[in-house]
Amino acid sequence: MSQTLVVSGSPHVKSEHTVRSIMWGVVIALLPVFAASALVFGVRAIMAVLVTSAACVATEYVIQRFFLRQQPTVDDGSAVVTGMLLAFNVSIAVPMWQLVVGAVVAIGVAKMAFGGIGTNPFNPALIGRAFMTVSFPVHMNTWAFPREQLVSLGVDRPTGATPLGKIADALELGEPLSAIAAELPSHTELFLGTIGGSMGEVSALAVLIGGAYMLYRRLIPLETPVVFLGTLALITGVFWLFDPESYADPLFHILAGGAMLGSWFMATDMATSPMSRNGRILFAAGCGLLTAVIRLLGGFPEGVTYAILIMNAFVPLIDNKLRPPRFGKGAVS
Amino acid sequence: MVTVKTFPMGGVHPPENKLTADSPIQALDLPDEVSILLGQHIGAPAEPVVQKGDKVKVGTLIGEGKAFISANVHSTVSGTVKRVDEALDAAGFRKPAVVIAVEGDEWEVHIDRSPDLVTEITATPEEIVDRIKTAGIVGMGGAAFPTNVKYMVPEGKQVDTLVINGVECEPYLTADHRLMLEHTDEILVGIEVLRKALRVDRAVIGIELNKPDAIEAMTQSAARFPNIEVYGLKVQYPQGAEKQLIKAILDREVPGGKLPLDVGCVVNNVGTALAAYHDIQKNRPLIDRVVTVTGTSLPNRGNFLIRVGTPFARAIEAAGGMADDVAKVIAGGPMMGKAVPDLNVPVTKGTSGILLLTKAEAEQRETVPCIRCSKCVEVCPVGLEPYLLEKLARVEYWEQSDEHDVLDCIECGSCTYICPSNRPLLDYIKLSKVKVHEMRRASAS
Repeated sequence: MSQTLVVSGSPHVKSEHTVRSIMWGVVIALLPVFAASALVFGVRAIMAVLVTSAACVATEYVIQRFFLRQQPTVDDGSAVVTGMLLAFNVSIAVPMWQLVVGAVVAIGVAKMAFGGIGTNPFNPALIGRAFMTVSFPVHMNTWAFPREQLVSLGVDRPTGATPLGKIADALELGEPLSAIAAELPSHTELFLGTIGGSMGEVSALAVLIGGAYMLYRRLIPLETPVVFLGTLALITGVFWLFDPESYADPLFHILAGGAMLGSWFMATDMATSPMSRNGRILFAAGCGLLTAVIRLLGGFPEGVTYAILIMNAFVPLIDNKLRPPRFGKGAVS
Repeated sequence: MVTVKTFPMGGVHPPENKLTADSPIQALDLPDEVSILLGQHIGAPAEPVVQKGDKVKVGTLIGEGKAFISANVHSTVSGTVKRVDEALDAAGFRKPAVVIAVEGDEWEVHIDRSPDLVTEITATPEEIVDRIKTAGIVGMGGAAFPTNVKYMVPEGKQVDTLVINGVECEPYLTADHRLMLEHTDEILVGIEVLRKALRVDRAVIGIELNKPDAIEAMTQSAARFPNIEVYGLKVQYPQGAEKQLIKAILDREVPGGKLPLDVGCVVNNVGTALAAYHDIQKNRPLIDRVVTVTGTSLPNRGNFLIRVGTPFARAIEAAGGMADDVAKVIAGGPMMGKAVPDLNVPVTKGTSGILLLTKAEAEQRETVPCIRCSKCVEVCPVGLEPYLLEKLARVEYWEQSDEHDVLDCIECGSCTYICPSNRPLLDYIKLSKVKVHEMRRASAS
């Protein structure tokens, strides 16, 4: 009876959730997307993901170990998530050294400069992508198409505009969509991902499998992707109903481009999305609205990246104004 | 008819670990010495009315609760008062206590020790409230609030329902469960006693659905009491928190800073109802209680009827003794209980459980930065923002803590339980509550 007893505040039991289990859970959820990009774009896609992930982990490790002189926490998996998402957000045509630059910016500037995990206001992978878009516009806008040479290591495959790019061009030239209908992929092709585009954005099916896994593991809230895509469909649907010759249908907008990957994996990023359910609904609606506005009215064919980054900036304001409903403020019957 | 009800927001579902659900209540042998704390309840401690050398019997008054919120304390054994001194309480503070050397087991003559059920309630409502105070009855769920105070309904307040808490949502604990199975009728008569004291026509009992046998037993017996209804409640922690329970059963929300009285209710635990039965029908003051003595390391864990004042060590011995790998001993359940610093702390009226956790079970992971996962917000049954309250506390922004209603926290611990970064959210919230109270007192004076 002489043993020392531990005294600490309640509760004395803990749930099984850890930062590590959450982040590695997201990595697992990204595997179907990884597989789809490997199937569509070949070995080079696998290499790109490995390069960005390794670069992100290395950047975080070096900054923690040598600049901040703290115990590196790269084993928590969050840098791997950023690395994978960064690769999935860019074209297969991007050279490896540019991917490394993007990864250094994503982790070094967007994450560690703000204090590391949990403190970054903007999604690191999207900051990396935005940085690459302005720095390397040629490669970032060269879209490879999945044809032959699936095991090719180079980028020597047919390239051209993405489906969203073609629609934007047609709109600008005043061409009716029916004129370019033959060039546009079917909804099934968009869903399965046998199309051109960013490495991880091509297959809606793969994103959905990963999303379902994250919902099952309770890693993301359902409301974010549903409201994001719902708002996008609503606004693009209104345009389409008015003028189906100039605007694509809402399902096309959901399946094409980065809407699926963005709504399931980027807008749900914990550090850069609101804390209350109401806040997340507003945030997701804003993402959907801005995506639609940029796609339909803006200069870029695609707007998911900037939509999410702009809404990231509103998170502190949303957290401040949209608080969770309080018990005891309801009706007293 | 049993309907499934629950509270509307938040909550967690920790592993239930009701290891002792099938262990019948057994009386623990009398210890050689008891340390009966004079302040076992919320409020002012009782004042001692015995001196060193006095002979006492089971049921002899040894401490008188003189303040408005206080409770009488009775001897729980027969013997000689060794000293009126101090003893360690579960939180590790030295508190006034009466230490009695046990000699035999002689009870005060007015106590009816027969097992016969007395159903006819002859006492008037005033007498009941008065005798509840005399008998030193406090809330048996853990908080140990003096019961009679709840029954002094202030002028202008209308009470229409008595809510009885048989939820026992804390993992591991099974004391209330066993009481409902083994003392079903006494509890129901006790509820009738309390209902009469409150002068209301309706009493409702909430029991979590993980105790189907207790729900069945209580429902069957309650059929003979037309004013008592039994409700099965979803297994969700903290279903047994007072305000959550009222919301679940009656769909009434007690506003922050208000009491159940403000929505027409009084809430008591099933153990308290049993204590009221013993007091009013059997003349037996509150001298013992059922304590779940449990933990994976205890081979003879079970539910023990223990005299108040018995050291924890005695109960642990009876349940199999301290294994070498025990790191934590908790008074109460794992979610809200207190880790005790010493095995000689005495069982009090509010000790619902003694839980032993091994090193592996008690291990704390390292605290890492908040990743804003928002799980703490999601699980808070009050709708608070624990992550924010922790941040505010770390920079000592007490005014902002107050603005964010830190005082509404019910300290259920769901936030700390769920936090993947293992942040001590509740520790900081408790600190904030103390500081906000201090700040309010300072600005009032």
